[in-house]
Amino acid sequence: MTFTRRDALALGLGATAVAMLPMRASAAADEAIAAFTGGAEVGSGDITLTAPEIAENGNTVPVSVDAPGAASIILLAAGNPTPGVATFNFGPAAGAQSASTRIRLAGTQDVVAVAKMADGSFIQASSTVKVTIGGCGG
Amino acid sequence: MISRRDFLQVGMAASALYGTSGFGNWARLAAQQALTQDQLLEFDTFGNVSLIHVTDIHAQLKPIYFREPEINLGIGDANGQMPHVTGADFRKAYGIEDGSPSAYAMTYNDFSSLAQAYGKVGGLDRVSTVINSIRAARPDALLLDGGDTWHGSYTCFQTEGQDMVNVMNALKPDAMTFHWEFTLGSERVNELVESLPYAALGQNIFDAEWDEPAELFKPYKFFERGGVKVAVIGQAFPYMPIANPRWMFPEYSFGIRDENMQAMVDEVRSMGAELVVALSHNGFDVDKKMATRVKGIDVILSGHTHDALPEPVQVEQTYIIASGSNGKFVSRIDLDVRDGRMMGIKHKLIPIFSDVIAPDPVITKVIDEQRAPYEAELSEVIGKTDTLLYRRGNFNGSWDDLICDALINEREADIAMSPGVRWGPSILPGQEITREDIWNVTSMSYGEAYRTEMTGEFIHTILEDVGDNLFNPDPYYQQGGDMVRIGGMGYKIDVSKPQGERISEMTLLKTGEAIDPSKTYVVAGWASVNEGTEGPQIWDVVENHIKKQGTVKLDPNNSVQVVGA
Repeated sequence: MTFTRRDALALGLGATAVAMLPMRASAAADEAIAAFTGGAEVGSGDITLTAPEIAENGNTVPVSVDAPGAASIILLAAGNPTPGVATFNFGPAAGAQSASTRIRLAGTQDVVAVAKMADGSFIQASSTVKVTIGGCGG
Repeated sequence: MISRRDFLQVGMAASALYGTSGFGNWARLAAQQALTQDQLLEFDTFGNVSLIHVTDIHAQLKPIYFREPEINLGIGDANGQMPHVTGADFRKAYGIEDGSPSAYAMTYNDFSSLAQAYGKVGGLDRVSTVINSIRAARPDALLLDGGDTWHGSYTCFQTEGQDMVNVMNALKPDAMTFHWEFTLGSERVNELVESLPYAALGQNIFDAEWDEPAELFKPYKFFERGGVKVAVIGQAFPYMPIANPRWMFPEYSFGIRDENMQAMVDEVRSMGAELVVALSHNGFDVDKKMATRVKGIDVILSGHTHDALPEPVQVEQTYIIASGSNGKFVSRIDLDVRDGRMMGIKHKLIPIFSDVIAPDPVITKVIDEQRAPYEAELSEVIGKTDTLLYRRGNFNGSWDDLICDALINEREADIAMSPGVRWGPSILPGQEITREDIWNVTSMSYGEAYRTEMTGEFIHTILEDVGDNLFNPDPYYQQGGDMVRIGGMGYKIDVSKPQGERISEMTLLKTGEAIDPSKTYVVAGWASVNEGTEGPQIWDVVENHIKKQGTVKLDPNNSVQVVGA
């Protein structure tokens, strides 16, 4: 994967480790979320996941996530053979709890972001990204 | 020929006042008007701002015939909603009489005979006459072009869009947004856009490398009209790199980007915009959804899906206007903007009856100049047709049946595929087919007719994929075209099912055998989005086929069985 300047900028905001998780399909995604949350309940809240509805190129899909007050965010491509994309950790000096990256999607699937908040609670957002061979315009 | 009385019933279009928009007003209000010829171009000027909307002209400089669709299915919430209503149901919804000029302009029934009576539609010199009359009443009316302007004809192909730019410049638009223009290739698009004396807008046109707004295309432009600060925000076709070849414009990225649209609306409102207009190439259903997600747009001028609606469709506080395609209609929208907000709307969908609206000689001259170098090639008669040739409809049209026959015969294929585009005028039974007519339904910058082998399973995947681009219940996952047209093969589609389960009973027509997923078939098609596609140009394939036929005669196509609608 090419590392663009924008990726570097996003990482510069305070994100660190990239965790590749050797698991399969959405059961694997559930397991990854459970590992991240320690089995705690995941609610909804102030977390925004921005991804295209239809990928222009499944090999490099721009995704960004924003969760004010998050301590860390895990990003998953639930339908990939290895769903784990990245874990972003935000230190106390981070000005904003947001990150952007580009991910590769094997096919149409949900992209999921789970944020661990400063108080130890978890919130989640997901978005379906369609990967298509294309059609014909009007 | 058209009578004065018939004509005027069409001319008097919607005047749905703010808050009273609804089915049935159109014909009732029309009937209340006195029927005199002068009233075609007359409009009881309303409020303080006028918008003129043209869209999806597809390079049709001259009058043409254009049959509206018989089948235009709406899925999910769109089921039975405009614009997914056709024929008798459409006429009933708007109170349009069978056989009337309105019926001819907006529905498909009895098309061949009504076309004989009412004549051709469109022609940019006629469009100019309408624009001039609006400007006579409201000199500072905004003329807004929804895009798909620099694509779709012989001369547009040969001049790489220059013919359309020259004619549109003479009409003096104020802003434009884009779709097929990008298939000229980014270098040419950039060159033409830099030459434009008006705004090139698209809040969703981004630089692909940096995922930042593209510099050449501004998100919006402010206009001061009738003492009102008007912001026009552009919205280009969101799925260009998927529906059209990405390799032709690799520097650009699109998408719906409704969060950015909201940011732009908020920005222009904070800068004092009293009226916010979105000039959109989203397609109608996407515009409807966007109107629920983005707050603060007063009017969406909708393009891409080629729908022509005689009344605005209201979604929350947004009014959506659909102005047809191929130069067949012009919409006039008068707005009353006071105290920083829109207080009223009056709208009229004006059908361009070419035999009734006098051409503007200034524009006729400009059009003739564009065509003069190519006149001999354009006018050459290739054959004749006994069958009405048209394209619009979700599953098939006789033009595509003819194109698929040409592909199977000329390229010796088992199965043919023709893209489900919505542009392309119609040809009446008994009419000659000229080279121009063939180019009007095939012209594009990636027209190579490929010949390849595909397994039955892969053909199924293609149909499922394209089917989902049309029948996904969420408009944001649709692309706005019609189903890929198939020659040599029949199938059954259940439009209510999810992707992967819609297509069944695929049958090879020449043998009557079921398509075997593991077997390989020879498939010919055109308009591949893949770089490096090889083959003769589709217009040459079709021309050769028609020459051999002499007179085209097609049987009705019953090879697609549709259920779940």
